[in-house]
Amino acid sequence: MSSMAIETAGLVKTFGENRAVDGIDLTVRAGTVYGVLGPNGAGKTTAVKMLATLLRPDGGEAHVFGHDVVREADAVRGRVSLTGQYASVDEDLTGLENLILLGRLTGHAKKAARARAGQLLEAFGLTEAAGRQVKNYSGGMRRRIDIAASILNTPDLLFLDEPTTGLDPRSRNQVWDIVRAVVAHGTTVLLTTQYLDEADQLASRIAVIDKGKVIAEGTKGELKASVGAGSVHVRLREAAQREDAARLLGAVLDAQIQLEPDPVALTARVGTDDGARTGRGAAEQASRALAELAHAGITVDNFALGQPSLDEVFLALTGTDAGHSAPATDAQKEATA
Amino acid sequence: MSATAPTETQDLAPVRTESLAELLISTERPPRPSALSACLTFGWRAMLKIKHVPEQLFDVTAFPIMMVLMYTYLFGGALAGSPQEYIQYLLPGILVMSVVMITMYTGVSVNTDIEKGVFDRFRTLPIWRPSTMVGYLLGDALRYAIASVVILTVGLIMGFRPDGGFLGVVAGIAVLLVFSFAFSWIWTMFGLLLRTEKSVMGVSMMVIFPLTFLSDIFVKPETMPGWLQAFVNNNPITHVSSAVRALMDGTSPTTELAWTLGWVVLLVGVFGPVTMRLYNRK
Repeated sequence: MSSMAIETAGLVKTFGENRAVDGIDLTVRAGTVYGVLGPNGAGKTTAVKMLATLLRPDGGEAHVFGHDVVREADAVRGRVSLTGQYASVDEDLTGLENLILLGRLTGHAKKAARARAGQLLEAFGLTEAAGRQVKNYSGGMRRRIDIAASILNTPDLLFLDEPTTGLDPRSRNQVWDIVRAVVAHGTTVLLTTQYLDEADQLASRIAVIDKGKVIAEGTKGELKASVGAGSVHVRLREAAQREDAARLLGAVLDAQIQLEPDPVALTARVGTDDGARTGRGAAEQASRALAELAHAGITVDNFALGQPSLDEVFLALTGTDAGHSAPATDAQKEATA
Repeated sequence: MSATAPTETQDLAPVRTESLAELLISTERPPRPSALSACLTFGWRAMLKIKHVPEQLFDVTAFPIMMVLMYTYLFGGALAGSPQEYIQYLLPGILVMSVVMITMYTGVSVNTDIEKGVFDRFRTLPIWRPSTMVGYLLGDALRYAIASVVILTVGLIMGFRPDGGFLGVVAGIAVLLVFSFAFSWIWTMFGLLLRTEKSVMGVSMMVIFPLTFLSDIFVKPETMPGWLQAFVNNNPITHVSSAVRALMDGTSPTTELAWTLGWVVLLVGVFGPVTMRLYNRK
């Protein structure tokens, strides 16, 4: 048995003119959570569909637990499971019926399928909703039943395609708990997400993809070091002091300072190259900056240390800074709020 | 219903991670299901859908009743002297027509499942691949049977008296069901091929209308122009309706039955593999 859950080499999928996946190389070690991070349309879902045998690659190779996804598709199907907006359950059926149906299809006998469905509903807190049609479920319940349907047979590899997109924070945390429980059992998870903090929470390695290509790959630490630990967002009491504050922060942090549309706000990117090399954390740098501001007699009303947003990750990785200053500002505003 | 959704979220019981962990560890992987078991499971799904969305039975009940009433009283007097006379000839044919028309909903349901994403989950399961499609058709066979019973009941009330008796009628329906099962493979193909439900409906009508009308369902082909007779006499629908009519009439239509069987083999042999190829390639 291969210790690699997924190995791809030069994986390509084109739709007409569009190269949705343009030569992706991935290696995912068995038993880990691998995060695939990228914006809408980056090719995440297409890549997952190829790995789950739903789409035939146009070029390159992919192996799941050593099985070729095209030539040995059935062997792959026996070991993987996927959950995504496109791999869903039947809305007309009840939660219980859906799980029994899929239980039967994964080879459980009638009684066993029913028992397993009941246990899963119980564990997922859906016992009360078991007899209701899935179309009447809320978003959080929907995601739970989708995941429950994916683990009727404990899979060796679980694909979770944007499992928390569109969920409220509480439901999102609950989905994360489920993922952690699945991983603790030893299942390998390939998680795609648009949210850096989700990848940060769950994954041990992350690939960032954009326009069908992997633009960065590594452990969380490596990736962050390349991007910077985050941003310091400062709101001053006096708009008049902003120029001074900007100059001071720039000098102390050796960082780029951005003046926000809000006349009393400014943002500094910290922990870039210098910070990572010297090993000084973002928090340490930030507190140093705060002290300097107080020392200079500049009153700070509000202060926040933000994770780098996905936009910032892309900025740092693709290096297209000039043309993209506007979206970056938006993202930072979001992080502050 | 949507109004209740927010409260559901609040009342949602927490996830029990411990019992979940136990569930993940405790089970062994069962062997993959047999082809038959997978087909029957998908058939069961189709039954459940009928149970939950009974409105979909409208097209197998109200529609056929309408057809029998309309055509019998509209054409009966002119074509056969009286509706009473005409229904003896028309009923087996109208039965075939109604059921063949209903088969197109197979394509629609395939298409809906693709759109809803249910399909892709089935496609990641290690099961006998055609079973998903066979499941649809098994569910549909039940719908065809319901439609047949409805039409026969209405026909009997209106004065249809089949000489073939109970057995003849049952044999006729059985032949029709087998043919419809085979014919439905055309729609599974279109369901996979076309993008929207509407286009599936559109194409279905374009195929079904000429096929059913240009047959011997309404009138005997003798009075038609030669070129039309050539089409009508070789139309599969003509063969099926002649076979069903003869069976219900108490005779044994060997030639028509052979033709029908030939069409069944041809339809499944051509559209079955094409459907499965599309299904695998999708």
